[in-house]
Amino acid sequence: MAKLKTPTLPSNPLTSPKRPGKAYGPSTPLEHGAEAGITAVDWIDERTSLSGGLRWMMFRKVPKGTNWFYTLGSATMFAFLSQAVTGVFLAMYYDPSATRAYESIQHINNDVFLGEFVHGMHKWGSSVMVILIFLHMGRTFFFGAYKYPRELNWVIGVALLVMTMTMSFSGYLLPFDQRSYWATIVGVNINGTGPLVGPYLSEFLRAGPYFGATTLSRFYAIHMLLVPGAIAALMGFHLYLVAKLGTTAPPWVRAKSPDALREQKVSDL
Amino acid sequence: MNKREKEAYLREYGVLKSQGKPFFPYAIAKDSVMAIMVMVVIITMSIVLGAELGPKADPTSTTYTPRPEWYFFFLFELLRVIKPPALVPLATIGVPTICLILLFLLPFYDRGAERRPERRPIATAAGIFTICAIGYLTYLGAAAGPPTEIDIPVPANVRSQGSAAVANFKSGEQVVAQSGCAACHKFGENGNAGPGPSLTRVGARLPAQAIQRTLINPTAPMPSFATLSEQSPKQFEQMVGFLAALK
Ligand code: HEC
Ligand code: HEM
Repeated sequence: MAKLKTPTLPSNPLTSPKRPGKAYGPSTPLEHGAEAGITAVDWIDERTSLSGGLRWMMFRKVPKGTNWFYTLGSATMFAFLSQAVTGVFLAMYYDPSATRAYESIQHINNDVFLGEFVHGMHKWGSSVMVILIFLHMGRTFFFGAYKYPRELNWVIGVALLVMTMTMSFSGYLLPFDQRSYWATIVGVNINGTGPLVGPYLSEFLRAGPYFGATTLSRFYAIHMLLVPGAIAALMGFHLYLVAKLGTTAPPWVRAKSPDALREQKVSDL
Repeated sequence: MNKREKEAYLREYGVLKSQGKPFFPYAIAKDSVMAIMVMVVIITMSIVLGAELGPKADPTSTTYTPRPEWYFFFLFELLRVIKPPALVPLATIGVPTICLILLFLLPFYDRGAERRPERRPIATAAGIFTICAIGYLTYLGAAAGPPTEIDIPVPANVRSQGSAAVANFKSGEQVVAQSGCAACHKFGENGNAGPGPSLTRVGARLPAQAIQRTLINPTAPMPSFATLSEQSPKQFEQMVGFLAALK
């Protein structure tokens, strides 16, 4: 069968046009450095197309009137990141066994370089995160930010709140001192009084009918794998929706009427 | 919000947004300042307050106070406020569950178009009330303190049995005081009036056998003291004897 000839390739499809404004290419060392950076970024972008998403996230507009109350969400996220980083360092030394847990934390406090400092950051960071998440929730509540079209973001937010409280509850047992041990027993018992799922939930948390050696490793797995993973995933979705829908303007800020706008445009000319 | 209101909102929002500033660098700058403040606060708290450990967890020890982290105080206090035993499940899980469901579904039952707090009086009042209630319960929980002291006059019938009985009563009182029972029970002047019933007169209500059964196999949220009975039966006996003598 007759075959069509494949068209010839363009003479040199690979050289990109010169960047505007630079007729002779980079000349100073600084410009060479910049060129190298641009080339590397281009290489990645050619294969991932990430720059579009980044631009979409960073150069979206936030409405007029956005104030300091709008930083509470990202502050919560920052507290979470701090918890994640300090938590990783604690996990390097922590031993989730009923016989060794307490000693391993003592070891962190007494022997490890900056151990008590990082432990303290993790411990107090949890309080800071809880305060920030409540402030952020209060802000979105009083600003009516949960209304159309951001209902789903509110629902995700409540799920994040529940998981943050779960983190504090499960983390409280891990030092395995008297206070955390008995408070957790009472807490698990309280869960057990709940309707329907209550007894199953407390049995799941205890890993059996009694508080035992596996309880601690179960709490450890919940605290450092299960819930943080879920929080990170939901946080990503929360932020995606924030960028997609845009953040609200404060409820008392009003847009100028289109007529006033048109007049402003005309007078700006 | 009906279709027209939604449309109006989106239009208004579109205009406001187009008049706004780009997220980078304007909002990012504020966020970064805030992030630095958060970091400074956490670091300062860590340096000033440290990360002390209590004594090691010991299922048989009797010197504990069942105190959760402070931001759970309000849940624990809810137990105290709602006292009748029949309502305890309601307090422990019922009320929090209902509040949580209400919180989840908020955008679906509050569907008005109005967003200004002063023009949504019900929502704003409910929000302020919730904040005050949680704040008050947290304050109560913080003020309750960890009670480890019980001071009950020796009952006449114990005194009449001689000094050995009085000594037994006294050491039983000490075991109970150290066991943190007063965190949930009232003993005469001492202790908290909930979530557990007052034990000032348990002996009149329950025989020693029943008290023993309660301690080994209690109804939640009371913790079980079965390990104590296995590992230090003497202390356990003194505890039961003390409670049974409270008439
Ligand atoms: C976390 C709170 C808590 C702690 C700590 C606690 N209890 Fe209780 N206790 C309760 C609750 C709640 C009840 C009611 C249970 C019920 O209605 O069946 C109760 C019931 C009892 C009863 C039965 C009273 C009756 O009238 O039926 C006795 C006896 C008792 N507790 C003794 C003790 C002793 C002794 C200690 C300390 C060693 C102690 N409790 C520690 C919460 C607690
Ligand atoms: C891990 C916890 C959370 C993180 C990291 C987080 C993060 C954020 C961020 C960065 C924003 C952008 C605007 C702002 O900062 O105010 C935002 C918006 C929002 N958040 Fe959260 N949030 C969290 C929890 C919550 C909770 C508990 C709720 C409510 C129940 C909630 C509801 C909302 C709503 C409704 C918006 C949209 C607000 C608007 O557009 O003005 N979030 N969140």
